[in-house]
Amino acid sequence: MTTAAAPTDLLYSEAEEELRSAVRALLTDRSDARSVLDRAETGSPHDPALWHTLAAGIGAAGLLVPEKLGGQGASHREAAVVLEELGRAVAPAPYLTSAVLATEILLGCDTAEAAPLLRELASGSTVCVPAVPLTLAPGAPLPAPVRDLGDGILTGTVTSVADAVAADVLLVLADTGLHAVPAAAARLAPSVPLDLTRPLATVTLEAAAGTRLADLGTARAAIAGALLSGAGLLASEQLGIAEWCLTETVGHVRGRHQFNRPVGSFQALKHRLARLWLDVASARAAARAAADALATSAPDAPLTVAVAQAYCSGVAVRAAEECVQLHGGIGMTWEHPAHLYLKRAKADSLALGTAGHHRGLVADFAELPAP
Amino acid sequence: MTVITAEHLLTRVQGLLAAHPPADTDRGAFLRARFDAGLAWVHYPEGLGGLGAPRSLQVVVDAALEAAGAPDNDPRRIGIGLGMAAPTILAYGTDEQKRSFLRPLWTGEEVWCQLFSEPGAGSDLAALGTRAVRESGSGDWIVDGQKVWTSSAHTARWAILIARTDPGLPKHQGITYFLCDMHAPGVEVRPLRQITGEAEFNEVFLTGVRIPDSHRLGAVGEGWAVARTTLMNERVSIGGMRIPREGGMIAPVAAAWRERPELRTHALHQRLLELWVEAEVARLTGERLRQQLVAGQPGPEGSGMKLTFARLNQEISGLEVELLAEEGLLYDDWTMRRPEGVDFTGREAGYRYLRAKGNSIEGGTSEILLNIVAERVLGLPPEPRDDKDLAWKDLSR
Repeated sequence: MTTAAAPTDLLYSEAEEELRSAVRALLTDRSDARSVLDRAETGSPHDPALWHTLAAGIGAAGLLVPEKLGGQGASHREAAVVLEELGRAVAPAPYLTSAVLATEILLGCDTAEAAPLLRELASGSTVCVPAVPLTLAPGAPLPAPVRDLGDGILTGTVTSVADAVAADVLLVLADTGLHAVPAAAARLAPSVPLDLTRPLATVTLEAAAGTRLADLGTARAAIAGALLSGAGLLASEQLGIAEWCLTETVGHVRGRHQFNRPVGSFQALKHRLARLWLDVASARAAARAAADALATSAPDAPLTVAVAQAYCSGVAVRAAEECVQLHGGIGMTWEHPAHLYLKRAKADSLALGTAGHHRGLVADFAELPAP
Repeated sequence: MTVITAEHLLTRVQGLLAAHPPADTDRGAFLRARFDAGLAWVHYPEGLGGLGAPRSLQVVVDAALEAAGAPDNDPRRIGIGLGMAAPTILAYGTDEQKRSFLRPLWTGEEVWCQLFSEPGAGSDLAALGTRAVRESGSGDWIVDGQKVWTSSAHTARWAILIARTDPGLPKHQGITYFLCDMHAPGVEVRPLRQITGEAEFNEVFLTGVRIPDSHRLGAVGEGWAVARTTLMNERVSIGGMRIPREGGMIAPVAAAWRERPELRTHALHQRLLELWVEAEVARLTGERLRQQLVAGQPGPEGSGMKLTFARLNQEISGLEVELLAEEGLLYDDWTMRRPEGVDFTGREAGYRYLRAKGNSIEGGTSEILLNIVAERVLGLPPEPRDDKDLAWKDLSR
């Protein structure tokens, strides 16, 4: 792995910046921290109207879907920008689960049966999430499939399924392949999640009827590919979280006076924030590299994704922890949104593989074997 | 105004190569011809080694000349001149100064060094105490003082020098910038042996050194503004290089890990992977910065790259010594030598470990750079300070 990497575009295009502006404007208007918290407290954090505007109005749900299937025919680079903004707003939207993971699984299946569902996802009219634990990582063994009792009648349980409560359709890996199961046919037991903005549920199928979309081999490969994309794009969500935390904290220490000075004039704090800024700037390069590698199907995409996850998870958590600490007492309160970011950052550090898991992948790809 | 394109430059390169085939041309003659053809630093003005072309096109010229086997001007040996003296002379020099200094500077016939730091003025550079007093009658300046950390002083023909010309003013005022002849009487250069055993740097003692007023750069008392130009250019030159994946300090550690399985432990493996990832991310960050510069959107990331590389070099070289186990107890050579530049890869792990300690001190300490990032990038308020309005002579030292 000592050869130079292929040319990588690490900047944002004008189109990407326009997309960012549209998403940010929407989230600023309709998903401020107060309303995110209010909805999260009701146990139903998703805002279907907001999702409709984001998915259908802005067309964000179909970015990864080719135009012939009703999508935007864009790429992971654009989807990454959407995730940056969703992370910055800690917005509860089933974007990572439906518009990235489920969409990539369906694209990976590439079957006639998957196409109609893909069209619905691209249009934003249907939310579809994969029935896998949020912690499932690329490169890790897939969980045991649920049982197909025959004719697509499925029985089994999957834990920690993210955004299942917002889903219309669940993608279920059964021993006969990938099945689309109407969420109404499954029993959902919502968990109490650490991250209130990405709800989790245990999905139980008791002789639930599903439609088979692909055989088992195809399904496994499609899920593996989707996990790679998901992990790579999660880095952009983590970047967005870290950026918000840095910006908010810098703003706070500039305005907050103690000892007759802005606390941000104390060198101990300045150095911490300068280091955090460096980490965020580095996370941006890592996240952009992953998005670009996925968009261009670069041969080293698995390594670039593993590097981005190994790095960006930690930066998001540290940024959120610094945000809480440097806000002082107010950072510990329920009213200040810092806790939403800390919870999302920490949960994200487990989602789609921990940093340690991804470093293990780096060891494989870079040929640095364990003892 | 004509916009110079890459095609223009390549045509000129072909013309230069035809008129002065590298195989039958003396090295010095080729470099002088290259300067006169405007292909030395293409963004400089015509007549001064350039063509007023976009700076980004320099790589086109360098690559074409390298491919043709043309001699280069060894920028490593003359780095201070190229990176610091030249842009400052270009910005502040008189026509006569530009004409006489830039060409031999670029060809390397005249090496430059930088007489800025002093034992009592490191991070607080503006506190410098070297005095320059104007002699009535001749108008020459007589300089007395001591400078330190001067690389290339023992090979340099010229130096950029800042000295205090009015101690009654606050420290950032009353400083004047000079071009100092290193062969002048009263200039004494002593090697400064370092932690690694070698002496890259020197102490320079200035005793009654006479500098004609025609070698003053910029106005009397305005030296701090001139010096800021120099220092900004110093930082531009750091971190702009393109490195391959697993280039730099991580390379020898990764190689040792692969080739010598008997050295592997689980604890070292975790640290190696963390640092490998960080080195790859630093490479990507540098690449992103480079792409921003090419696209004409320079970002503030440059201010941070030196911090990142200093920390990584130190951590990685520390890991390497530990990985080598018994060999890590050994050192390759303590002989006092005078290297012309830092060669991390030409030496062994112990050298890398010790030399990397300087990375967070030289060219601005990490603590100062963190302040700069905090204040200029993040907009955090400066620490209160009471030295700005006091006369230099009244400062505690």
